[in-house]
Order: sequence, then structure tokens, then C-alpha cells
Amino acid sequence: MENLYDVIIIGGGPAGLTAGIYLSRSKIKTLLINEGIIGGQMSLTHEIANYPGIESISGYKLSVNMQKQAESFGCEIISNVKITGYNLKKDIKLITINGKGDYKSKAVIIASGGKSQELDVPGEKDFAGRGVSYCATCDGDFFQDKEIIVVGGGNSALEEAVALTQYASKVTVVHEFDYFQAHKYAVEQVTNHPKIDFILNSTVSGFYGSQSLEKVTVKNLKTGEETDKKIDGVFIFIGYVPQTEPFRKIVKLNKRNEIIVDDKMMTDISGVFAAGDCIAKRYRQITTAVSDGTKAALNAIEFIN
Amino acid sequence: MTLQTNLDHIETENQYNDILSNNENVMICCGRMGPMCVPVYADMEKLRDEYPHVKFYDMLFDIPDAQVIRNLPECLGFMGLPFTVYYKKGKVVKAASSIQMRDQITAILDEQFS
Ligand SMILES: Cc1cc2nc3c(=O)[nH]c(=O)nc-3n(C[C@H](O)[C@H](O)[C@H](O)COP(=O)(O)OP(=O)(O)OC[C@H]3O[C@@H](n4cnc5c(N)ncnc54)[C@H](O)[C@@H]3O)c2cc1C
Repeated sequence: MENLYDVIIIGGGPAGLTAGIYLSRSKIKTLLINEGIIGGQMSLTHEIANYPGIESISGYKLSVNMQKQAESFGCEIISNVKITGYNLKKDIKLITINGKGDYKSKAVIIASGGKSQELDVPGEKDFAGRGVSYCATCDGDFFQDKEIIVVGGGNSALEEAVALTQYASKVTVVHEFDYFQAHKYAVEQVTNHPKIDFILNSTVSGFYGSQSLEKVTVKNLKTGEETDKKIDGVFIFIGYVPQTEPFRKIVKLNKRNEIIVDDKMMTDISGVFAAGDCIAKRYRQITTAVSDGTKAALNAIEFIN
Repeated sequence: MTLQTNLDHIETENQYNDILSNNENVMICCGRMGPMCVPVYADMEKLRDEYPHVKFYDMLFDIPDAQVIRNLPECLGFMGLPFTVYYKKGKVVKAASSIQMRDQITAILDEQFS
């Protein structure tokens, strides 16, 4: 039957691509469908320095390498498309891609990861791509010798703030607390950096400009006072939310909208597995996503056999 | 210098002007081989067969002649790659910055060039 696969993987981040590598290398007919950028959040990362065996690599390069590796074993990949229908409850699972039709499989691995948390304040959406960004690697060099703000105080925010100093003349980190939720090395790097300063206990509460971003309002969360700040760009790294909206009525989620899986990475639906940042777990890293993808793939092979 | 895609490339301002004067419907994606750009080129490659009445081109963002796109009034304020520009009879009818999903591209192609 046309468009019938053994396994369909939803999502092409490190979890989905790893599952693709393991499945197709085992001669399992595999299709990976990805809505956004291949590599997911990994491809937005300026430098990855904690992937074992690779001292330093750009997230984009690692994504391309993983994609090539999956394809070299025969994994089919359809990317940058929208899935409009999921029918996962029966033995044969059915997925509909907008404009491309139906795809069927015996098992499904959901690896839909997470997406940037937005501030959800006035002007943020209007200036996306015009001064507001969620990806330092992609947009950093538009801010050569310009002043920018990085919003956030976790590892990603601090590491990307340092990366952005190679372009920007000044980086101001705006963070909601008076301490950072990051590793010691990342905190030391930003606090000792001559181009970086801080506005703590604060957040950005509005974005303003005409053609592109010109200023923001910064709100002090202790006093409620709002002040205007002229700025050329704002990079937002305030965490990630699981991309599980399409699965809300299909598989069981916890209160944080993360997919609940058992020790075989299976959801509450037989033959539907999940892996990576979209599942309920504590640590969200490329290594943990890769590990989840491996386990989901091996269990899916056992399931279909 | 060109991008490593299977699209037809625009390398000079003259070539750009020729293309716009000789074709009614044109889509040009001006970018790099980066995470937000590559998916758009890949979609354009696939859309060529579905939209034979549209000409699809790319242009490397960093070559000097790409100023014809970088400096378009419609791209003023764009701070995300790629810059994707749609032309009808030589005039810009739509411009977008950063990644575009296949659906977003086809919506513009259908609206502007049907
Ligand atoms: C700025 C930043 C820096 C980071 N730095 C590091 C680091 O240095 N080291 C490290 O180990 N980790 C880092 N991380 C975390 C790491 O990137 C993630 O933990 C990892 O990418 C999660 O992988 P994943 O495959 O589960 O999901 P994702 O990477 O989120 O990929 C999911 C993919 O699925 C697609 N998708 C979503 N929904 C659907 C759907 N319904 N249908 C089809 N496709 C869908 C998405 O578009 C995406 O391409 C960083 C993250 C960020 C944002």
C-alpha cells in the first residue's frame, strides 16, 4: 500500500532524528515528518560544547549531520509542512499532511519537542523578525555594533548573551529575579564580560517602533515602575513550552502539558511512543533527547515485530 | 558566489533586472545556508513543478549586488534571514523575513499569482 510505513516519527529535532537513525538502520520503513526547522531547538543553538565526543559544534551543523546520517540509512524526511490530522488510536495510525495527503504506519513516535516561550506582551509579535528574535545564531549579525537586550537568566540566555557580544556593542541582560538559574561557569562568563550589564528583578513589558524595533519598556517587578529604554534588538530566552497542543486530546498529558510515557517510552495509546523535550522529565538536553529517541526507536521495533 | 541549492541563482544586479523585466511572476529568496533559510529553498525547489507560471530564484545575502534586495523599501526593518520577495510584473507585491512554512509560501503564491 502506498504511503504505508512501519514507523512515522513526528518531529525532526535530536530525539526524532536519532529515532530515525536507529529505525532505518534496522531496515524499518520510516518516515519523519517535521513542521519546522530540521534539528529543532538544537539548530538554533550558537555553540554546542556538551555533546560527548564533539568539543564544539554549531547547532545547525550538528542538525545537518544528524539529518544526513538518518537519510543515509533510508529514513524518509518531509520537512516544513503542517500536519492537519492525527488518527492514532487504531492499529494502523493515520497522519494527514496539508496538501500532501494521508500517511499510515504501524507505530508512531511523537518527538515534537518544545518551542520558545514568548513574553506575551504588546508589540512582541509585531516586531518578530524586525528586532525581536528567539535565535542568536540566525539573527545575531543584524545587530553588528548595536545595543541589544537579552531577556532571561537560565543557561541558554546567558550563553547566547555571551555569543551575541561578538556582534553587539552592548548586551543588557534583563532578568526577573536578582539571581540567575544557570550553571556557575555561565554566570561567571556574563558577570565578568566587559560588554554585558544587567537589569535585575525586571522584565520587558512592551515593544515599540515603526519599521523596526526602536524602544522597549522595562518594568521593575518589585516596584512596578516602568521605564523606556532605546534599543535596537531584543533576544528572548525565557524557557520552552512543550509543543503538545495537537496531542492534547489524543494522548495523556500532565499538568504542564508534557506527554506521560512508561519505561518503554510508550504513551497511553498502544503503538504510540514519545521522546525528547515533549515528554514529562526533568532535564532537557540534546543528550537526553538522543537517549529518549534511541529508547523509543528500539521499543517501537520490538512493538511492530 | 552562489548558494548551494538546486534553485537558479541570481549573482548580479543586471541579472536581477533582466529577470524582473522578462518574467511576470517571480519569487526570490535572499539568504544564507542557515537554519531559517534552508527550509525555504527546499520548499521552493519542490514548488517549481506545482507553480510552472512562477520563476523561483535565490540570491546569496552577502554578495554586494544583493543590495538590490537588502535595500528594498519593503525590506526596511527586516532583521531576520532570509528575505523572501514576491514580484508581479517587476513590482514587489509581498515581502517576508525569516523562515516561512510551505503553507505560508503557497498562500502568497495563490493570492498573488493565480
Ligand atoms: C537557545 C538554546 C540553547 C540550547 N543549548 C543547548 C546546549 O548547549 N546543549 C544541550 O544539550 N542542549 C541545549 N539546548 C536544549 C536542546 O536544544 C533541546 O533539549 C533539544 O533540542 C530537544 O530535542 P527534541 O528533539 O526533543 O525537540 P526539539 O529540538 O524541540 O525538536 C522538535 C522538532 O519537532 C517539530 N515539531 C513540533 N511539533 C510538531 C508537529 N506537530 N508535527 C511535526 N513536527 C513538529 C519542531 O518544529 C522541531 O523541529 C538548547 C536549547 C535552546 C533553545
